[in-house]
Amino acid sequence: MDREEIRVAVLRIEGTNCEEETATSFRNLGVEAEIVHLKQFYSDMIRFEDQRSIFDYHCIVFPGGFSAGDYVRAGAIFSARVKSVLRKDLEEFIKYNYPILGICNGFQILAELGALPGFDEDRPISDRPEMALAINDSGRFECRQTLLRVESRKCVFTKEIEKDKLQIPVAHAEGKVVFPRGREEEYLEKLKENEQLVFRYVDDKGNYSGYPWNPNGSFYNIAGICNVTHTVLGLMPHPERVTFDYRKNSFGDGYYIFKSVISYLEKI
Amino acid sequence: MITFLFCEKLIVFMIADVHIELKEGVADPEGESTLKALRLLGYKRVKKVSSVRVFRIEIDTKSKEEAEKEIKEICERLLANPVIHRYRINWIG
Repeated sequence: MDREEIRVAVLRIEGTNCEEETATSFRNLGVEAEIVHLKQFYSDMIRFEDQRSIFDYHCIVFPGGFSAGDYVRAGAIFSARVKSVLRKDLEEFIKYNYPILGICNGFQILAELGALPGFDEDRPISDRPEMALAINDSGRFECRQTLLRVESRKCVFTKEIEKDKLQIPVAHAEGKVVFPRGREEEYLEKLKENEQLVFRYVDDKGNYSGYPWNPNGSFYNIAGICNVTHTVLGLMPHPERVTFDYRKNSFGDGYYIFKSVISYLEKI
Repeated sequence: MITFLFCEKLIVFMIADVHIELKEGVADPEGESTLKALRLLGYKRVKKVSSVRVFRIEIDTKSKEEAEKEIKEICERLLANPVIHRYRINWIG
């Protein structure tokens, strides 16, 4: 696929607020990125020319923000709406190996949706959530730079990252990765075996450290994971906020995540 | 409990309070911060604070059993994340 042919959808509903910079990050790479309201996929109240299908796009992004005001739980309402109207389409989309990215609130949505950790290749969206992004251990909204070690380059969003360590900021109150109690080790083994661990928080020396390096108390310092087919990535840090470093006049660390997925799509 | 005769079937209007709590062993930073603040305010005898969310649900149903089944489904599909939460239904009317 030529770069100009690639179409990316950045989904929004009320309360998402990182869609502009996420779409800009993609546009800067020369692809078409459109901000699409979820209703455009299913509502018959939408003008014909604004109606969309998931299959109009080659990559779907759930951006950061506070979708539906974070009511009930962060991401719960967005994911319930997606599940009720788009589950089948989204499962097809994942099975075709088209990539899906969830950033911050987007990660929460993918976790609530059951698309992550996504162990089952044949049922990419589980009936019930298998992980949670719980309230930060600090009990506070954490807005700070974090250092991430790239754990796997099998994921389509990390294939072209050359650096071992990335500096990407987080901004969230609910970002602590939690797996079902008593089964954490079993989940961890599966994640390791399938190379689904993508990013882990580290300190300035590259060690897996506690707070504040791990800003939320996440299990095993997990910052981002992908599904078993390595095409669905969810991460708490915001790569779209650091695609260009104006002080150094060079690309920021977030840039390489977007570049990787575009290169992947070009090869399809 | 208020009852209506509707379409020849008896429809009952019921109200439930659904309590969403964290499962045993799951960290509760909200509760802990509240405890800390209460201690600072001088309430030294407070031993533990847990955060619980309550959703009041008003529902039309044919029977309590049917409503209970539906509310359980509601909890599992939206109100609670089974990885960290458990829920309790209290019928209040």
